[in-house]
Amino acid sequence: MPGKKKRRGSKWIVNSVLGFICLIWLIPTLGLFISSFRPAADILSEGWWHVFPHRTWTTAEQITLPEDTDLRAPIEVNGRTFTDTELRSGIVVDGQRLIWENRRERLLNVQERGWGASLNFTTQNYEAVLGGKEYEIVMPGGGVETQRGTGMTQSFWNTVAVAFPATVIPVFIASFAAYAFAWMRFPGRRIMFVVIIALLVVPLQVALIPVLRDYTNLGLNGTYLGIWLAHAAFGLPLVTYFMYNFISQLPKDLFESAFMDGASNFTMFSRLVLPLSVPALASISIFQFLWVWNDYLVSLIFLGNQPEVQVMSMKIASLVGSRGNDWHLLTAAAFISMLMPLAVFFTLQRFFVRGLMGGAVKG
Amino acid sequence: MQAQTKKDNTLRLLLLSLLVPVANLLVHGLIFLFLRDAGLPPIANALVAIVWGALGIYSIYYSFNWVVEKYPDQWKRRILPYVFVGPAVILLGWLLFLPTMRTLYLSFFGPNSADFVGLANYAAVFTDRLLATALRNNLLWVFLGTGACVTLGLLVAVLADRSSFEKTAKAIIFMPMAISFVAAGVIWKFIYYYQPGDTQIGLLNAIVTAFGGEPQAWTTMLQPWNNLFLIAILIWMQTGFAMVIFSAAIKGIPEDILEAGRIDGAGEIRIFFSIMIPYISGTLLSVTTTIIVFTLKIFDVVMIMTGGQYDTEVVATQFYRQLFMFQNTGYGSTLAIVLLIAVIPVIIINLRQFRKQGGF
Repeated sequence: MPGKKKRRGSKWIVNSVLGFICLIWLIPTLGLFISSFRPAADILSEGWWHVFPHRTWTTAEQITLPEDTDLRAPIEVNGRTFTDTELRSGIVVDGQRLIWENRRERLLNVQERGWGASLNFTTQNYEAVLGGKEYEIVMPGGGVETQRGTGMTQSFWNTVAVAFPATVIPVFIASFAAYAFAWMRFPGRRIMFVVIIALLVVPLQVALIPVLRDYTNLGLNGTYLGIWLAHAAFGLPLVTYFMYNFISQLPKDLFESAFMDGASNFTMFSRLVLPLSVPALASISIFQFLWVWNDYLVSLIFLGNQPEVQVMSMKIASLVGSRGNDWHLLTAAAFISMLMPLAVFFTLQRFFVRGLMGGAVKG
Repeated sequence: MQAQTKKDNTLRLLLLSLLVPVANLLVHGLIFLFLRDAGLPPIANALVAIVWGALGIYSIYYSFNWVVEKYPDQWKRRILPYVFVGPAVILLGWLLFLPTMRTLYLSFFGPNSADFVGLANYAAVFTDRLLATALRNNLLWVFLGTGACVTLGLLVAVLADRSSFEKTAKAIIFMPMAISFVAAGVIWKFIYYYQPGDTQIGLLNAIVTAFGGEPQAWTTMLQPWNNLFLIAILIWMQTGFAMVIFSAAIKGIPEDILEAGRIDGAGEIRIFFSIMIPYISGTLLSVTTTIIVFTLKIFDVVMIMTGGQYDTEVVATQFYRQLFMFQNTGYGSTLAIVLLIAVIPVIIINLRQFRKQGGF
């Protein structure tokens, strides 16, 4: 089989090209993950890839200078003199580098070139992001700085309060509607369904201004109910369409025999259709859940900025705006917001994929 | 006598049909007010919200169904379907369908939506420099973003199908789908990060300086290239979507067709273009349209990465800016309608496809 041989021969090309693409895809998240566990000072002074072994200066010994050393005058170390500025940025003498470890305590590092990795890891970033109180970080010079935390815990729970109902409500409503569209005959059924199909791709921006006005009039702005309804409505066309595809495929005999036994539509729906639709329900729920959890625009417009209701995506967005260089906070905050979706993704990947395919591939 | 009881029954039913919805509304209104004003601690708040949201929606259907079940059979059959589709239709009508019409209407009015300006807003959209930039950038997003996602997705799907680590590879490529755009924005901001001086903590600049180049402020200085750096984020996030669906489609191609091609002496590349592509053309079309629709609405990435500055504005960010910063409802609405017009072909394709399936 020459063909088969040829295919096996090219297998290593396939594997290495794919491996390369995978590596590129993985690196961004990996960088974020590693950075989120590094001390603030380390993140700002060297790239996250320094946690891997590389050629660098490693400290061989430490010298403590006399406590009364004047930093403004030339500083004498082992018979040679240096200025404070030189020692601050490090100066190379005979292949060794001299650099302050702790300038205030006059502690000096003597470093040599060698293999090393900066393996300082800390959970301080997460504490700072979640805690919301003041916390202290040790600066490179040895000083201690007090900084304000961010209070992500509250916005985490706010996101939970938004995301779960905003998943359950549309899936429930859509399943009822899908059942009616599939198995009941009533005037207006056709036109309603065609409108839903058309609304599938309508960009939600189109609805924002009028809905915002209605919400302001009704006092729904900045409330959970308001955002649930908005998410429900914006997700409904897709969920209804998806559930319709599934429910309309159920065998007809099932319904006929149940009707013979005197079951009402409601009992049939809740006792028969819902249990049978579990796979479809699961996959579309995951999809809707991820969408709501990750949403930014809808919350930005309908929830606004009040801390009592603010969700995580908004919290992070405002962090990016106000503290854009505090990478220790940003990386930890971003990773916290990714925990739930990633957990859902890795545990329920199969359902997630099915949900996607049902929604995207029509036909 | 019998007429009397019938009348009584009708009266009772009417009362019930009125009372149950009103009671429902009242209970939910009370819970709503309680939740809004009680100021519970976050966890308790979330728990109450979840329980209310889930049980509330069930209770609405249950109570309405309960009322309708009391009706005479003939009425029941007529009304019940509307109980089932009612909430969906009301929600969609109130929050999606009517707003679309109202936005269309608003787009013919000035900033305060009081004076009629005709098509002036539309003229402005295509001439105002900022808005024109937004349109140009959106085109860039649609063509480059969608093109790259579809091509790469197809490539990875084909490669993964033949590789020895298909599952892992697919999971890795697909993973960014689960990440929010905001978090992805942070991730990529860190990669593109630029600081003056020798040490670069952003990966891209570190690579550039390692090869002796000058560090660049990728997203803020390099115009119009900075748009490409933003589009890269979309590609990173959406390729997985395309890949998963293509992969399923490719696996659906019957093995004997491929085998026949191979026996006829076609190379793998020939098989790819002459057998696979035509076979999955339907999927190709639907994935492409889905990503196009998605890209047209792109908002979060630009908002997080540059806030729309440095000529990276897109229609959706302009929409937000016109609406909330310049308070110009007219422009805002017009931009939304421009988006809608852009997806009309997709709506038509959708409806046609749906009719072909013979669903209705």
